[in-house]
Amino acid sequence: MSVPFYVSPEQITKDKAEYARKGIARGRSVVVLQFDEGILFVAENTSRALHKISEIYDRIGFAAVGKYNEFEALRVAGVRLADLRGYAYDRRDVSVRSLANAYAQTLASIFIDTPKPYEVELVVAEVGDQAAEDQIYRLTFDGSVADEHGYLAMGGAADAVTQGLASGYQDGMELGAAIRLAVDALSRGSGEADRRLGPGQLEVAALDRTRPRRTFVRINGDRLKGLLG
Amino acid sequence: MTARGLHAAFLSASTSSFAEFLAMLPSTLVPQAGSARELADLTPHGTTIVALRGPYGAVIAGDRRATVGSFIAQRDIEKVFATDEHSVVGIAGTAGIAVELVRLFQVELEHYEKIEGTPLSLDGKANRLATLLRGNLGLAMQGLVVVPLFAGFDLAEDRGRIFSYDPTGGRYEEHDFYAVGSGAFFARGSLKKLYRPDAEVDSAIATALASLYDAAEEDSATGGPDLARRIFPIVAVVTGDGVRFLPEDDVQVRVEALVAQRMADPNGGAL
Repeated sequence: MSVPFYVSPEQITKDKAEYARKGIARGRSVVVLQFDEGILFVAENTSRALHKISEIYDRIGFAAVGKYNEFEALRVAGVRLADLRGYAYDRRDVSVRSLANAYAQTLASIFIDTPKPYEVELVVAEVGDQAAEDQIYRLTFDGSVADEHGYLAMGGAADAVTQGLASGYQDGMELGAAIRLAVDALSRGSGEADRRLGPGQLEVAALDRTRPRRTFVRINGDRLKGLLG
Repeated sequence: MTARGLHAAFLSASTSSFAEFLAMLPSTLVPQAGSARELADLTPHGTTIVALRGPYGAVIAGDRRATVGSFIAQRDIEKVFATDEHSVVGIAGTAGIAVELVRLFQVELEHYEKIEGTPLSLDGKANRLATLLRGNLGLAMQGLVVVPLFAGFDLAEDRGRIFSYDPTGGRYEEHDFYAVGSGAFFARGSLKKLYRPDAEVDSAIATALASLYDAAEEDSATGGPDLARRIFPIVAVVTGDGVRFLPEDDVQVRVEALVAQRMADPNGGAL
């Protein structure tokens, strides 16, 4: 009978974390930022079918980077959880906080219990009646949750994109200005000089607090061209 | 799959149906009734719903009465609901179960749309309602019957469509108009004489209101317009732009015109 090598739990955790980080760093970036009428999501994504940004519930949106099949399973689980809660109780009882908690528990459990961690990073956000009531939560592959304000970037070039956002972000920006800032930051983060992302390479959506009931709206086609200026 | 966090059913990839997902859960969210035979006589029943098709799309309207036996259980119940952006459903039969069925159907449509990224086709929605209705067959056989009337705008075919159902989940497309509920026979008789396929939306709404008025005159379980309490039928119009419920003030004006006409001609529609 062979005796398995001893590997310390610390080493296992480190290896898993490094593996997950590498996977996430290979993907393109996603930006989430607040604007005067809600929360904006902008992703560099050439696919029209495989979304990185989605609607979860009336006031809750979802954005993800990393491995598509993994974050897609989490997105579907989120829609199920939200719809189940809204059906069992009331639409007002669906909150982003409980969703973030469920994701955190699930990601932590997968990170610890399975050999391969999920290579994903998520944002779930809920738009409030006023900007001060907006909630943005960032979840990483190990189940950590961070409460974010203003703007954030995740994915391959997260640091460079975050710098780009920091240089231009102001509270209460208009939608058009927010989109242009996000696209500037993503273009800069791509690492190629003079590269400018066009409407065909972008996936843009917003949680618009002025809309009744379902606030999630995709921004594409002529509207996106107009806002990009 | 996970010791903590979400139940494994949440992470399974197999379905975009909310109702099927509910069935996978170890849950009692979909209540199971025991013997319902004696309940059937004790629970409120919704009564008459009418729907018409036209070049604009479809109009659907329902009276406001719910009855228990020969008593009036509620005078202002709402029995017409938007199920998504381009469809509406009206319900007759056991009110408690019907309202729950509509709630589940609404979540079902939105759930599919969010998971698949595109709404169901109108036929898909109509079939889905049939399946949910068939799930109630056991209760229907014990007397707790629900009969919906479904109307929607088919964006692919660019026209309004109406679907009727039987308690077993049978689905039938209606070409011009239909009515369900206890006053349906009288409403259908009235619609048969008043319906014009090329009528514009205002005229179609007047026809719907007149048919409900006629049903209320003959069927004690169908409520007529209550001018004293300002309780009027619920009217919804579904077009390519979506579902629009008529504001109460608007319905009041139309109902008052109808009542004024019937003051002069109580049976209405003299040729």
